Amino acid sequence: MASSMAVVGVGRLEAALRSGREAGRKLLVPYVTGGVVPSWLDVVEAVAEAGADAVEVGIPFSDPVMDGPTIQEASARALAAGATPEGLLDELGRRRPGVPLVAMTYMNLAERAGHRRFAARLADAGVAGAILPDLPLDEAGPWAEAAGEVGVETVLLAAPTTPDPRLRAICEASRGFVYGVGIMGVTGERDRLATSAAHMARRLKAITDKPVLIGVGVSTPGQARELSAHADGVVVGSALVRILLEGGGPQEAAAFVGRMRAALDGRREA
Amino acid sequence: MTAHPPGLMGPPGRGGRFGEFGGRFVPESLVPACQELEEEFASAWADEGFRGRYRAILADYAGRPTPVTECHRLSERLGLRVLLKREDLTHTGSHKINNVVGQALLTARMGKSRLLAETGAGQHGVAAATAAALLGLECVVYMGEVDLRRQALNAFRMRLLGAEVRSVTSGSATLKDAINEALRDWVATVETTHYCLGSVMGPHPYPWMVRELQRVVGDEAREQCRRLLGGADPDYVVACVGGGSNAAGTFAGFVDTGAALVGVEAAGGAAMARGVSGVVHGMRSRLLQDEHGQVLEAHSISAGLDYPGIGPEHAYLGSVGRARYVQAGDDEVLEAFRLLSRTEGIIPALEPAHALAWVVREAGRELPRGSNVLITLSGRGDKDVAQVMDMLDG
Ligand SMILES: Cc1ncc(COP(=O)(O)O)c(C=O)c1O
Repeated sequence: MASSMAVVGVGRLEAALRSGREAGRKLLVPYVTGGVVPSWLDVVEAVAEAGADAVEVGIPFSDPVMDGPTIQEASARALAAGATPEGLLDELGRRRPGVPLVAMTYMNLAERAGHRRFAARLADAGVAGAILPDLPLDEAGPWAEAAGEVGVETVLLAAPTTPDPRLRAICEASRGFVYGVGIMGVTGERDRLATSAAHMARRLKAITDKPVLIGVGVSTPGQARELSAHADGVVVGSALVRILLEGGGPQEAAAFVGRMRAALDGRREA
Repeated sequence: MTAHPPGLMGPPGRGGRFGEFGGRFVPESLVPACQELEEEFASAWADEGFRGRYRAILADYAGRPTPVTECHRLSERLGLRVLLKREDLTHTGSHKINNVVGQALLTARMGKSRLLAETGAGQHGVAAATAAALLGLECVVYMGEVDLRRQALNAFRMRLLGAEVRSVTSGSATLKDAINEALRDWVATVETTHYCLGSVMGPHPYPWMVRELQRVVGDEAREQCRRLLGGADPDYVVACVGGGSNAAGTFAGFVDTGAALVGVEAAGGAAMARGVSGVVHGMRSRLLQDEHGQVLEAHSISAGLDYPGIGPEHAYLGSVGRARYVQAGDDEVLEAFRLLSRTEGIIPALEPAHALAWVVREAGRELPRGSNVLITLSGRGDKDVAQVMDMLDG
């Protein structure tokens, strides 16, 4: 089997994140729901330019169980506007923002298309990684293999409730980076950073050399900065998506991501 | 004649598989809780002390065993011998009590203090609230806004029983969305909370555990039928299917007999007839969805069958041919609802009225004259009377 080779080879997403980390940067991965506003592709490009190390693109699903009200609303709006996985990926494939793209969606979209076909669609659109929050370690094998064959790295999630031996197995199997869930709960903004977030980051950093990003409940530049003392970086979703839901566009999105970037770099807002 | 694989309806395969169906497709945050629940249930179910407590509550509190009633007038009309397994006679009025008593006992056994439930028709919510009151647990029930309107009395019952009822407005605002919302709550509260799922669906171990907690229906019915039928088993065993818990519990008692097993779905929620394999709510099963994989809304007059999926073990039983899945439409269901009321003095819930409707339609056709047919009457119609009154008037 070629899998032992695959373990040695580091994918495009992981390579990009590692090189950012080696350059002394804290990593920033903003999330944008595909199709949430007509200008969503411009938003993806704008946040890439504003200092993102990768951009997570949500492919909306009708039943997003890991998402709170903001991303639920964004998904519902995108679907109501006629967004489809093929359509969004086609559009995405015609732009090539300068940073790796990570698709975030739910398992059923891959099931419906067929694992190989869905993975190929992601690869054709230039997508480097996939995050499927309802695909835990134990079920990930067949999908991860199909994705790996076309160079799509499957990022696994780790949670505050994950016991240590399992955490190690997740770090081992995850590709691209390890996504530490910062809080027991679904996506959504929180007033304060949960203590579980730093704890999650420290537990992961102690056992893996892969990039460790913390997401869910990281909403503000201050929270990102605070967490970056423990993690390689952060994923920020709902706070950015809310800006779009409230009528903001590429400029407002870029301004927000710029503030996150500045905070992570330890700069005062320029 | 039944060339089906041996060992059907035993423990599931590795990872909670029923053939290709089942599994555990949940966010990582919930995986440890599902693993704990699997271990806890396996050890409790092997523990005579636990089983004794479960049986005692079902007997002394919930009114088991429920009888099997022979329907003389209906049988004469249909040219069949129709037997009803009377889950409508349990405390709270449906089979849902069997499951919640087991899960509430498990909740206490795990040292958890809060119970979470979703509900469609409200029967599972009422049952969960009841078991929570009985065992002194906190209880929160998620219910779609549409269902809350259809089943306002059941929502009030839950509140009387001390539960908090939360209205769900996302998606189609029915059962599937109530499950999403319950799962979201559980992701945040899993350390103190048990999610008391109401049917044979969801991530492993739920489909297996809920079927085991419902098998009392089939186990009792098999013995009761043998007494009534001079040692024979029914030719047909028929039950309605939403997620599929009353059908799974019933089928479990007959899977090793020669009885033909028939599950009746609502025509507007027929995951077996029109669904394809997919992943939602923690399981791989058959699912109503569009070409892209977006889950479709089910439509039925009965809130309890308004679900676009089906338990994974049913998908499996269907795929190997051990059970058949058929549909009944709203109009014939209403007819059957009235027919049973008038011929037998039993007002059924709209859900089992689907099973009745199929039997009425197929009597003398697919069901040869003189066949012995057991139907699980999964609940009583009190909750539906106001809705049916509006429909018949309107
Ligand atoms: C009386 C009754 N029967 C059946 C059902 C459907 O559930 P299941 O298919 O799990 O038995 C319900 C659900 O609410 C119900 O209330």
